Amino acid sequence: MTDDTLLSIRDYNIVYETERPVHAVRDVNLKLQRGEILGLAGESGCGKTTLAYGINRLLRPPAVIRTGSAILHDKGGYDIDINALKVKELREYRWDKVSMVFQGAMNALNPVISIEKQLGDIFSTHRPQMSKADRREESAGLLDLIGVGRDRLRSFPHELSGGMRQRVMIAMALALKPQLMIMDEPTTALDVLVQRDILQEISELRSQFGFSVIFITHDLPLLLEISDRIAVMLQGEIVELGTAERIFRRPDHVYTERLLQSFPSLTGERGGFIRSGNDETRTKDEAIV
Amino acid sequence: MRYIARKLGFYAVALWGALTVNFLLPRMLPGNPVDILVAKLSARGPVTDELRDSLELLLGGAPDQGILEQYWVYLVGIFTGNLGISITYYPVPVVEIIGQALPWTLVMIGIGTLLAFIVGVALGMLAGWKRGSWLDNLVPVTTMFQAVPYFWLALVLLYILSVGLGAFPVSGGYNYNVAQPGFTWDFVGTAIYHGTLPALTIVISSFGGWLLGMRNMMVSTLSEDYIVTAEAKGLRPMRIMTAYAARNAVLPSVAGFAISLGFVVSGSIVTEQVFSYPGIGSTLLQAVNNSDYALMQGLFLVITLAVLGANLIVDLLYGVIDPRTRANG
Repeated sequence: MTDDTLLSIRDYNIVYETERPVHAVRDVNLKLQRGEILGLAGESGCGKTTLAYGINRLLRPPAVIRTGSAILHDKGGYDIDINALKVKELREYRWDKVSMVFQGAMNALNPVISIEKQLGDIFSTHRPQMSKADRREESAGLLDLIGVGRDRLRSFPHELSGGMRQRVMIAMALALKPQLMIMDEPTTALDVLVQRDILQEISELRSQFGFSVIFITHDLPLLLEISDRIAVMLQGEIVELGTAERIFRRPDHVYTERLLQSFPSLTGERGGFIRSGNDETRTKDEAIV
Repeated sequence: MRYIARKLGFYAVALWGALTVNFLLPRMLPGNPVDILVAKLSARGPVTDELRDSLELLLGGAPDQGILEQYWVYLVGIFTGNLGISITYYPVPVVEIIGQALPWTLVMIGIGTLLAFIVGVALGMLAGWKRGSWLDNLVPVTTMFQAVPYFWLALVLLYILSVGLGAFPVSGGYNYNVAQPGFTWDFVGTAIYHGTLPALTIVISSFGGWLLGMRNMMVSTLSEDYIVTAEAKGLRPMRIMTAYAARNAVLPSVAGFAISLGFVVSGSIVTEQVFSYPGIGSTLLQAVNNSDYALMQGLFLVITLAVLGANLIVDLLYGVIDPRTRANG
């Protein structure tokens, strides 16, 4: 492994301190490379989102980070110990270094203020030196970039379709050119066509801006397409971590195998979960769907 | 723009309906104002038939007029500012009486209601934002103030603060010895001095409801996804609390405020009675006691207009704070 690590997570444990404590994240060790798309797969309730929230210190009680450390190796050459950030430092760290795209495309935007204000909020908080005109221009540019178009700047969330809202979320996540973007099931509520467009967009933006992505989903075949590496989580533990191709061809863990088999193919064969026809790693008869 | 036009159209129809009901109701009531006035006058001396006829003409109750004709005269009267003549304050026109009473009620009760809303919503916002803090203790205390009968609370405060401590005047809207009504500093000063305690009782007795409603809406709004988004964006807590949480949580309270604003005029009866305050409430009470139909009808008209007007304002305001209501305009 080269020493171009962006994020090192060590012995990470998150517990929901309820009457019967739930150990949601167990001894997670993870190194994320700069510019890498890491897929985080697993069934519902396995701790994927909890881990992601932990990286952004967004956990609310009763969830507590019990032990472990998460360190962001900033491109400026210094390290940020995320767990040690004070309230104000934490606010400055959030979105500037790590941004998030949330699960519910429908509810992640504030319904009563315009897109312009929601984008502008980011700049006025993190880049107070920017003028109003600058903020506006930057926001408009982001909407153009993401394919929503600057004429939507004054729209309210209810005036946009689900796909557009999720694009606006991605535009917001891009606003400060963060080094890491966490995407928590960003396409779950969308239909496959919009899903494909958005995934393509993310890949292109990644190569354009060079940020890393932690992509969380329960949809393993989707991860196989877009990720460089995939981590499979089961009951709070990362049970398998490897390149997408290795996971696809030779899954080590029984659970990974079961996860792969759980997606039926269109031809009815179990385990033949192919979605796109342009993957040359597969054999001919598998590839035709 | 279309949103506003549609709203205004709706309110015009509602106004017409209210005016019509206002016209029909007194005519369905038993009793006759002319008889009452005649009875009053006969205490002072014999009443001739001519006098009775002229009274009938004066009060507009011409018996040979058909109901539709009366309705037309009534509508014309409203739009020309002629609401008839009061028999309680005979022969002062109803419009004049209402004109004198209305400002007192609007200003004092209006400010009291508005303050109660603002204080309640602001404290509710803080209590919901810092759930589990000492602010939560306000909830049972203020609910108790709301639960005790208003007139009792008002009397107790009047007794302690005015009679006991002498901090406020016991009754009236202003001090006759200091100034006459008009826009002078002296008059405004004495009016504020007299209006503070009644307004205060309104605030104390009603802000608990706003507080509780706002607090609970805050708590449920705080678990919305967009609040987590705002936190992840690293926004300042102040900004999240106001623009993201409170802005959404306040919507039901604003709708409730529309209703309570409508009661500003009509709900003032008890307050004005306890504090012997000149206003619509005490005037209405007198009108009812004297079977003064013209005055009652005039007052009901004012109350109707107040309810409609307040609702219109809040409707328009709602359009500003919640963009979704504008959407299908």
